[in-house]
Amino acid sequence: MKLASEGSAGQEQRMNGCVFRFAGSDLTAFASGALWWAAKRILVVSDLHLGKSDRIARRGGPMLPPYEVRDTLSRLENDIHHTCAETVICLGDSFDDLEAAEALTDQPKAWISRLQSGRRWIWIEGNHDDGPTALGGAHLPEFWVAPLTFRHIADPAKNAEISGHYHPKTTLRAKGQSITRACFLYDDVRVIMPAYGTYTGGLRSNDAALISVMKPPTMAILTGPNPVKFPIRS
Amino acid sequence: MAVLPAQFFDWFARRGWSIHPHQQIMLDRADAPALLLIAPTGGGKTLAGFLPTLAELADDHHHGLHTLYISPLKALAADIRRNLGVPIDEMKLPIRVEDRTGDTTQTQKKRQRADPPHILLTTPESLALLLSYEDAPRMFSNLQRVVVDEIHALAESKRGDQLMLGLARLQRHCPNLRRVGLSATVENPKAIAAYLARHPDPCEIVQADPGPDPDISMLKTREPPPWAGGGAAYAIAAVLEEVRRHRTTLIFHNTRAQAEIFFYNLWQVNTDNLPIGIHHGSLDREQRQRVEAAMVRGDLRAIVCTGSLDLGIDWGDVDLVIQVGAPKNVKRLVQRIGRANHRYNAPSKALLVPANRFEVVECVAALQAVKEHDLDGEPRGRGPRDVLCQHIMIIACAGPFGADALYQEVITAGAYADLTRPDFNDCLEFVATGGYALRAYDRWQRLQQRPDGLWQLRDPRQAQRIRMNIGTIQDTDTLKVRLKNRMGGQPLGEVEEAFAATLTPGDTFVIGGQVVRYETLREMTVEVSKDPGRKPRFAVFSGTKFATSTQLSERILRMFQQDSWPDLPRHTTEWLTLQREVSQLPQADRLLVESFPHDGRAHTCIYGFAGRNAMQTLGLLVTQRMERLGLHPMGFVATDYATLIWGLDAVIDARALLQADTLQEAFQTWLQGNAVMKRTFRGSAIIAGMIERRTTQGKRSGRQATFSSDILYDTLIKYDPEHLMLQIAREEAMKGLVDYGRIEDMLRRTDGRIDHVTLARLPPLAAPLLLEISKVPIHGAATERLLAESSAQLLSAAGLS
Repeated sequence: MKLASEGSAGQEQRMNGCVFRFAGSDLTAFASGALWWAAKRILVVSDLHLGKSDRIARRGGPMLPPYEVRDTLSRLENDIHHTCAETVICLGDSFDDLEAAEALTDQPKAWISRLQSGRRWIWIEGNHDDGPTALGGAHLPEFWVAPLTFRHIADPAKNAEISGHYHPKTTLRAKGQSITRACFLYDDVRVIMPAYGTYTGGLRSNDAALISVMKPPTMAILTGPNPVKFPIRS
Repeated sequence: MAVLPAQFFDWFARRGWSIHPHQQIMLDRADAPALLLIAPTGGGKTLAGFLPTLAELADDHHHGLHTLYISPLKALAADIRRNLGVPIDEMKLPIRVEDRTGDTTQTQKKRQRADPPHILLTTPESLALLLSYEDAPRMFSNLQRVVVDEIHALAESKRGDQLMLGLARLQRHCPNLRRVGLSATVENPKAIAAYLARHPDPCEIVQADPGPDPDISMLKTREPPPWAGGGAAYAIAAVLEEVRRHRTTLIFHNTRAQAEIFFYNLWQVNTDNLPIGIHHGSLDREQRQRVEAAMVRGDLRAIVCTGSLDLGIDWGDVDLVIQVGAPKNVKRLVQRIGRANHRYNAPSKALLVPANRFEVVECVAALQAVKEHDLDGEPRGRGPRDVLCQHIMIIACAGPFGADALYQEVITAGAYADLTRPDFNDCLEFVATGGYALRAYDRWQRLQQRPDGLWQLRDPRQAQRIRMNIGTIQDTDTLKVRLKNRMGGQPLGEVEEAFAATLTPGDTFVIGGQVVRYETLREMTVEVSKDPGRKPRFAVFSGTKFATSTQLSERILRMFQQDSWPDLPRHTTEWLTLQREVSQLPQADRLLVESFPHDGRAHTCIYGFAGRNAMQTLGLLVTQRMERLGLHPMGFVATDYATLIWGLDAVIDARALLQADTLQEAFQTWLQGNAVMKRTFRGSAIIAGMIERRTTQGKRSGRQATFSSDILYDTLIKYDPEHLMLQIAREEAMKGLVDYGRIEDMLRRTDGRIDHVTLARLPPLAAPLLLEISKVPIHGAATERLLAESSAQLLSAAGLS
């Protein structure tokens, strides 16, 4: 299930991913929580929640370590670098809110432009960031590359769909210890991606909200150093 | 000599009482700015604390709040209110007494602020909350005395530190405030006195007659204790026999899980159906109150309990205390023994029940220590800065403040007397801006400095959020357990989230002595049904594991050097003698390390005697080092005395593994990714206000939006390693669950004098360690392999690949 990335330089560290077949395409779930569609050279990340610490402090909450933008972007840069993606799709809730997007300082803004240069960049609108920002790239409610549709929140009536929003996580029990991590969930018709942002929590895969969207048999792919896939009970 | 008003004499006389000498001294010295009373339980301590107040209030001239009484327990405040009511009513004193705790109604609380009673009984947290209101100066303007009950217990925790910072603030509102501390027997009264008094004021110490020595011994059983384990199941019959022979027995355990197991086993053989209850901190409040009420009525013959009954209401009827498991700490043992025979001048009766062979040695050592009045205690060290951060927030809620004045005020608290100005400034900076190397919150900082130099909340609405999160009690994340039925079901208590995560429907476990079956998890409540049939599991509670004290460990090491052991039972002397023949017994100034093959694996046992937390940390550090040296460690187990490590390759050079500098280096790297460390960090981050436990939207709502504090820790380590919160976490790691300070003590004590003994087979002293259950497997690559294996099994079981 491991896959050495076809990245350019030999000195780059190997990227672990788990390949799965979905809607007639081979997709790779990366350890980082990103999804790679090698045939189309598309990299998908969901729920970056950039600017979360800023938003919490603005609303009078605690002042969290203000380093999550830096951390999330450096992980994203790493994935882009390794895959040499031609298209990057950010699947919504890329910013914790639109004000947080505006509040970004020049340094992360320049960083994002640097990542965008030389490739197509799609911002899907999410419930936290439902309008355009001043940053480059296309802003779309959803995006379609045959046969897959990319949107923020799963639409139970549709299929061949990649979405985010729920931040799924699940637990694998192995010989007395249980390991809980963010995960990809997929069934025959949809994939729900884990949240990519550094400051994001998770919703258990057996939560009613997720059960109502996913149809059994549902598979989970746990993120972490070596992504593994397994069927989950619903 | 101060004279009591006449009605007091009449009242004492009517009851046939005479005033105790220490009560008279408290009256005589009522004007002292600080006064500490040390008295055994049952010595009329509380009355001694209140007599000066009652006397001063008897003439009806005082307006407003006169005396503030602080207790660590809510229940104690309510109990004292009832007890004070008797003399006040009978002497018709014009005194209003009220309590104020988390259980007091909102209307009552509001009224108390506008029109305070003469005597207010409260907790450190409720006082902190009162001090956060703008009207605090008015409410406390007439305050004369503050009485801190059970100060020995408060002084061991951050709750005490918070209280003392609160008293520093109170003293500013009322400069003539007199402080009184009431303490059980402690090893170092001077330290408590310095803790209580306004620094650098002196504090007088009043010692009450300690009463007769306790009648204490080891429980005799037909069967010897087992080699290892903690349940003391072997002693069930003998304990039940003692319960039968006494009026009321308290059976103390060191952990909640052990109390549950023991209670369960006790009832398996309690054929007479003696009324025996259980009481511990994880049981539902109603359940606990029912047991307490039954105890007060005299309906119970015994209570199986934990530290939850260390303090609190006096039960005069208890005539026997049984301590199951090693006492770990002589001072706490003495205080527990004091729970029996609360009548003054009657000896308390107590029995110790060692749970295993090693604990026999510890029990005998503890018995000697009690006889010699040799109490233990670790010096508290300087006041923790996370508590100071919270205090600064509380002060900010009450109104604008000046940094200089607040600093001067804070250093009048004994625990913070040597706080430097730069350290104080760091805390203020943290509260104001987050204190990050990256200055990101200039627009949104919590505190702002006004043109006149005073600091104030940027947004006054923040006061409400801060007030909601006041307190320093660290609770673990727990889930409520409830019987499942349509009406909502009876609450039983709580289990830790980590334990709940291991349950699958149909699993049975014990709570409050009942066997229940796990049904579902609904809205953060574990729903269960009764299921007495099957063999249950036991919930594991972390956090309450005490380490054997340094003094007791030293005593055991001294005992080992005796030529013979007339005080020990024969089975134990034979065991120690055999150890001396085949290897050697550990010594205080040397570090014994034994290496031997067993069961096809190389074993190494390190007798560090540093307490279980430190020995656990030592195991993690040494195995990490072994991994790097290619010795393939596979696991280890730690007790209060030793760490036993097993692996593929034998340890040849123990010295290299245990060098102080290599261990220190390993410790620094280890801190970064360690789970215990992350828990420590979380505790401090909550207290200091980096993480909010409660929000206005309800406790931890929207799980999807909340993320683990581990992420904050990792992020800080990566981008801001010198941040104040990490400094605090490292400081905390020297004690508590990581307890690295005791590893350092051990290294200093043995100073490189390592006796590495290589043996052909398992030596007697190490043998019990093999039977210990809480073995720690070595992870790293192993976890990932385990994941791969388990997922592959699940795939193939599901017919997938």
